[in-house]
Amino acid sequence: MRELVFGRLSWDAIPFHEPILLGTFIAVAIGGVALLALITYYRFWGSLWRDWITSIDHKKIGIMYVILGLVMLLRGFSDAIMMRAQQAMSFGDSTGFLPPHHYDQVFTAHGVIMIFFVAMPLVTGLMNFVVPLQIGARDVAFPFLNNFSFWMTASGAALVMMSLFVGEFARTGWLAYPPLSGVMFSPDVGVDYYIWSLQIAGVGTLLSGINLIVTIVKMRAPGMTLMKMPVFTWTALCTNVLIVAAFPVLTAVLALLSLDRYAGTNFFTNTLGGNAMMYVNLIWIWGHPEVYILILPAFGVFSEIVATFAGKRLFGYASMVYATVVITILSYLVWLHHFFTMGSGASVNSFFGITTMIISIPTGAKIFNWLFTMYHGRIRFELPMMWTVGFICTFTIGGMTGVLLAVPPADFVLHNSLFLVAHFHNVIIGGVVFGMFAGITYWFPKAFGFRLDPFWGKCSFWFWLVGFWFAFAPLYVLGLMGVTRRLSHFDDPGLQIWFEIAAFGAALIFLGISCFIVQIIVSIRHRAQLRDITGDPWDGRTLEWSTSSPPPPYNFAFTPVVHDNDAWSDMKNHHYSRPVEGFIPIHMPSNTGAGFIIAMLSAVCGFSLIWHMWLPAAGAFAAMLIAIIVHSFNYDRDYHVPAEEVLHVEAARTLSLSGQS
Amino acid sequence: MRNRNPLRALLLLPCALLSGCDWVVLHPFGAIAKQQGHLIVVSTILMLLIVVPVLAMTLTFAWRYRASNTKAIYRPDWDHSTSLELLIWSAPLLIIIALGAVTWITTHTLDPYRPLEALKAPAADAAACATPLVVEVVALDWKWLFIYPEQGIASVNELVAPVNVPIRFKITSSSVMNSFYIPALAGQIYAMPGMQTELNAVINHAGTYEGFSANYSGAGFSGMHFKFYGMSQADFDGWVRNTRDDGGTLAKADYRRLAQPSEREPVHRYAGVDPDLYAAILNQAMHP
Repeated sequence: MRELVFGRLSWDAIPFHEPILLGTFIAVAIGGVALLALITYYRFWGSLWRDWITSIDHKKIGIMYVILGLVMLLRGFSDAIMMRAQQAMSFGDSTGFLPPHHYDQVFTAHGVIMIFFVAMPLVTGLMNFVVPLQIGARDVAFPFLNNFSFWMTASGAALVMMSLFVGEFARTGWLAYPPLSGVMFSPDVGVDYYIWSLQIAGVGTLLSGINLIVTIVKMRAPGMTLMKMPVFTWTALCTNVLIVAAFPVLTAVLALLSLDRYAGTNFFTNTLGGNAMMYVNLIWIWGHPEVYILILPAFGVFSEIVATFAGKRLFGYASMVYATVVITILSYLVWLHHFFTMGSGASVNSFFGITTMIISIPTGAKIFNWLFTMYHGRIRFELPMMWTVGFICTFTIGGMTGVLLAVPPADFVLHNSLFLVAHFHNVIIGGVVFGMFAGITYWFPKAFGFRLDPFWGKCSFWFWLVGFWFAFAPLYVLGLMGVTRRLSHFDDPGLQIWFEIAAFGAALIFLGISCFIVQIIVSIRHRAQLRDITGDPWDGRTLEWSTSSPPPPYNFAFTPVVHDNDAWSDMKNHHYSRPVEGFIPIHMPSNTGAGFIIAMLSAVCGFSLIWHMWLPAAGAFAAMLIAIIVHSFNYDRDYHVPAEEVLHVEAARTLSLSGQS
Repeated sequence: MRNRNPLRALLLLPCALLSGCDWVVLHPFGAIAKQQGHLIVVSTILMLLIVVPVLAMTLTFAWRYRASNTKAIYRPDWDHSTSLELLIWSAPLLIIIALGAVTWITTHTLDPYRPLEALKAPAADAAACATPLVVEVVALDWKWLFIYPEQGIASVNELVAPVNVPIRFKITSSSVMNSFYIPALAGQIYAMPGMQTELNAVINHAGTYEGFSANYSGAGFSGMHFKFYGMSQADFDGWVRNTRDDGGTLAKADYRRLAQPSEREPVHRYAGVDPDLYAAILNQAMHP
């Protein structure tokens, strides 16, 4: 009975004997208690539940995704700092401060967290917030599903965090190749934490992908044909198509791995017909599109920003769209380049190498399009534009080293080296992270009604940019010196200086992140001076800038009608005037707590399965089913915002607009 | 350092760094790795043809069209130019056609499965006539076993080969995935349980080189390296004789003991090896 309830969970699972973890746990516990006390003190619980947790407003869900991504960035980055410190110290007789048992969890957790729980929530959050506003819609197609998706992602993140204090995380690398991740070589709970946190978060990602595709396809404002869609919406569409096509593969391959681990099957084992390379193929058929899932929305962000701040129409809109679509399709034809070195024949390797290079053609075209948007423009170097120029310079180099790695004989000497590590950080930091910071800075005033403080933002930008090059240029060099990745100890003292430079770079990035946090605090304190009353602080070109900042819950009092791409710019050129009367009731979806409850139950279920606690697992699963059935009987799904209330809100905006002018 | 001027020391640091280290991937000692390193340089130059102009244009445009420069042309509605569009698609296309051709050819000529006799590169000419030395490589937790079937000997964490003689590696693993990599010799290839990969290479200079696993394989991964010695044929023959004279033997029972996980295993040599051992390991018949 004890085994059915507690499985393999015991007091030994709590790392009392690990000073680093214990200290972290105490800090987190104190912080958590303080946070709960503050919420109670300010009587914020009711508002938190009504306005945020149960909210199905795409804007609030988008904001919550971004907050989740930023919180997890702090966790992922502390892993990065630990790795940089360990590699800078651990030479010769010194073994550093992290034994392999820890170090191997740290680099696994770093990769998993940064991709699944930092980059994905930031990207999904931006798409959630921006897309409905850009296409003139009032919410996404399936608002309840949107809330549920977010909480599933948050549940996955919670499970990963829990592995820090209860048990341990995987020691396999972020893609958990078998046979190492099989039950024979990783019998403990680490890989199970990996599997269940990704499975739960994966459900959220897939559902939000479906949601946004339907939203973009079905809910565009009248007149907005596909070729009049803003480029960010185009990239969001392509990204979500990729999500819907790729994530089921991840779900399937992790399900097979869990069958191997839980049910004794032999899909990926060494014996009884198992084939570990099948796992490697499947995980990369998901994994390669995944990197385009992350980078395409960043490309969209830069396209919006460069046109806005150059004060110009985007150069080559059609070729930008075609380039995006071509990248979407090609991203499925390149997965084998992640394992040229696993013994494929020369023709197979050449094929995948060349398809990989071909992706650089549309990507190159995109970079030229941004350049020619700047050309003959009048560029205002506000913070989002600085991130954009920083991105172009950094990403181009990362793209070049990527094409180099696509040449199979070159990959044979650079695969798994620190050169590779430098390459993918070059494109993910230089592309995705810069893109997300650019996007957050750009749309922050839309979300909160005031701008971010530019001074601290510029500090953050320069620390990130310079820090990135200090941290990763040495890794390029080390890769060319034949140094492989994931080592926790080195013998050759000649290498140490390079790791010390890289650690210095990581310290600069730490300052960059700190400045970003200071920027947010300073901006909140100075929000009166930074207030945006117009709703259009950057002289924007797309529909989200036509409504107030922050937008009313219904986004648009009347659905806008679109005549040209850059719809808002077009409306401004034609001296559009805001409607101030004749409002009609607006049909809106109602909040519900069902998504939160089901997602929390699935986290309990996942936790129980990780620890082989069969009874609680079955109980949580049954409770989930019951919650789903109960929710399906909830007929109170929607309401109408009365016309008087719309009139009231819009009149207030008219007043504030006139007060400003 | 006698130079006390910190600024000058700082300026000299990059030069010292760049000259002091050995970029073994670009300056290796085996014919295959040499061509791979050469390919990295050629591909990079080919790509710089387009990357350098892009970076220059980015900085020029960003500066020239800054908002404060009111003298620059401003055309807010200019968003299309067919000739420019043709240029921006065809320029990367041309580079990729060139690089794609290089890729197709070199991927075939430098295919690790291709016997070295077929290689036409001048550096390998000397090697082309010699019959290859066969080495069976087994990645263990966390050490390397090298079996020389023709010599009937084996060694752990020590690999020896004569210079200018082609080496034919057959590679597998006992438990999890590793990657067999000697940067000075040739590119890496995975060592995977139940599967065999191959690598054909040659070392052209006598010397001591680093070899290691390039794919994370668990707790002892960081210590999973070995020395690779390239030596003259006479020295190699001497090494084989010595190994035969003073080593023990590696029967299946000994292998089972050896296969137990261990870290930073010292060098062992075996005067005799069970002739079926490698096949048994490859077929996963040797599970402890």
